[in-house]
Amino acid sequence: MTASNPKEFSMNDGRFSDGGVKVLVPCGALGAGVRPDEVEAGLAAGAHAIALDAGSTDSGPAYLGTGKSKYSRAAVKRDLSILMEARDRAGIPLLVGSCGTSGCDEAVDWTLEIVQEVAGELGLRPRIAVLYSEQDKATLKAKNTAGLVRALPPLGPLDDTTVEACSHIVALLGPEPYISALQGGAEIVLGGRTTDTAVLAAVPLMLGAAAGPAWHGAKVAECGGQCTVNPMNPGVLLSVDAEGFDIAPLSPDNRCEPRTVAAHMLYENSDPFHLVEPGGVLDVTRSDYQALDARTVRVTGSRWERKPYTMKLEGAAGGPFQTIMIVGIEDRAVMADLDGFMARMDEALRDRVRRTMGEAAGDYDISLRAYGWNAVSGQARPPGAPAPLEVGLLFVATAATQALATQIAKVCNPYFFHFPVRRDIELPSYAFPFSPAEIERGQVFEFKLNHVVQTADPFELVRIRWVGAGVQDKEVRDGQAA
Amino acid sequence: MVKLHEVCRQVRSKNAGPFWVTADLFFDGPENYARYKGAAGLSADAVAKVFSVDPALVKRFAVDNLSVVKISYPRKTPQGGAVERDMHSGQQYVRLLDTPLS
Repeated sequence: MTASNPKEFSMNDGRFSDGGVKVLVPCGALGAGVRPDEVEAGLAAGAHAIALDAGSTDSGPAYLGTGKSKYSRAAVKRDLSILMEARDRAGIPLLVGSCGTSGCDEAVDWTLEIVQEVAGELGLRPRIAVLYSEQDKATLKAKNTAGLVRALPPLGPLDDTTVEACSHIVALLGPEPYISALQGGAEIVLGGRTTDTAVLAAVPLMLGAAAGPAWHGAKVAECGGQCTVNPMNPGVLLSVDAEGFDIAPLSPDNRCEPRTVAAHMLYENSDPFHLVEPGGVLDVTRSDYQALDARTVRVTGSRWERKPYTMKLEGAAGGPFQTIMIVGIEDRAVMADLDGFMARMDEALRDRVRRTMGEAAGDYDISLRAYGWNAVSGQARPPGAPAPLEVGLLFVATAATQALATQIAKVCNPYFFHFPVRRDIELPSYAFPFSPAEIERGQVFEFKLNHVVQTADPFELVRIRWVGAGVQDKEVRDGQAA
Repeated sequence: MVKLHEVCRQVRSKNAGPFWVTADLFFDGPENYARYKGAAGLSADAVAKVFSVDPALVKRFAVDNLSVVKISYPRKTPQGGAVERDMHSGQQYVRLLDTPLS
């Protein structure tokens, strides 16, 4: 295996002048399943780097709350094996943002450990830079006291209690620490929580591509194949130059169209024209989307406006615990009066908890949700709405501990299973799919922060650690690379 | 009376970060888009009423090149709390489908 020399990447690199800085984006998230044939196509097209993210807040607060990955270890290892081998063979860097879903330190270290295992198995000795962006609570409170933390709607000003409540707080990295790591000789960069775009924009920005196209191209490519006509093919190739960017799928039978590329700015963005990033705002109001050929779209006119450097904060806190049960009901009398049935059952369950557990139940909640009726919206159906043929009735007990939530479920079990639609009938039974009927769902987590912190520079809240061939494992604060 | 779902080829919703929901209304062509993009039923006030949120925080965008009206509004509770019914806000658009546009 040949070790790459990242210093070969420069403005003078012949490949840059020949069609832009090419970033191979193998899929929307590490662990989602990269395709070896697509990776090969990207290498053959002359990719200068492989970059992708491994997480976001999209799947909810539990991943940041617990520090655990959404994707399985085996799935992440599979993708890393393919990408690390390809990276080594091509002599190009691999950048992974938001490691381990949440990008907190524990999730980054989990990813690093897998990378080291893969390196050992494949006989690779990559030079690895690890970027940590989990935040120390004292540092953050001091920033807040100094007036450097700003709330984003709909939340209000940050207080110390909220900071203390969070189990993990991360700041979203911009591209600068990645660039610093690559310039310091890193062949693999594993980032903590990073904006989806920054990890993809880093290499184009480092090699002198224009900022507007670099950020816009990164936004379009961040979900991989989502910007193509067939998102089942996960990989895309982004090529950024001084005037704009080209985007094309890696699968030969897939294609990008101006419509699919433009529409990606809608996805998961509250504003389709502006994207606030660390150190600036991307403005695509005047972007022009043209088909370059049958499968490639070229975008020009994207603008980048510099702003004071800020990093967005994300924090999640653990709350109460939940135990759930589900029962299926087809009973025609119940279907004909579902709202009344559920209201009476709700009252009977609470009464049952009161009589059997009393004060010991603490501050608890029971939620009944009829799937097939109105569980999704929680809104009352209009009078006269046709009765469903069947419903799946979900029972959710929420209490201070898992043991209490389960105890509540257990005392409610017979009523939930047998509750009669009328008092004067013999005991009915409904359809439990599982034994035991109750399922311990674990802790409830909640997002607590929607704030940005102003920093002196892109490195102030970032720690860089070097691992691997030719370097001593060490951690350096303030981005002062070894 | 024309309802939203009658003049759109697709309507969808999605979380936009943990604190916001965004709905994309893909009109069936430039004609209906131009005719209805300013409809009172799609105003910030009307949307705020449907989802019981502060109208001052509702954002509306007209995306001409895609014939899309985009509406973003804050969640009443952050994504994933104890009372969550729609983690990714993926079904919230359904409550807009019968919005009268004329």
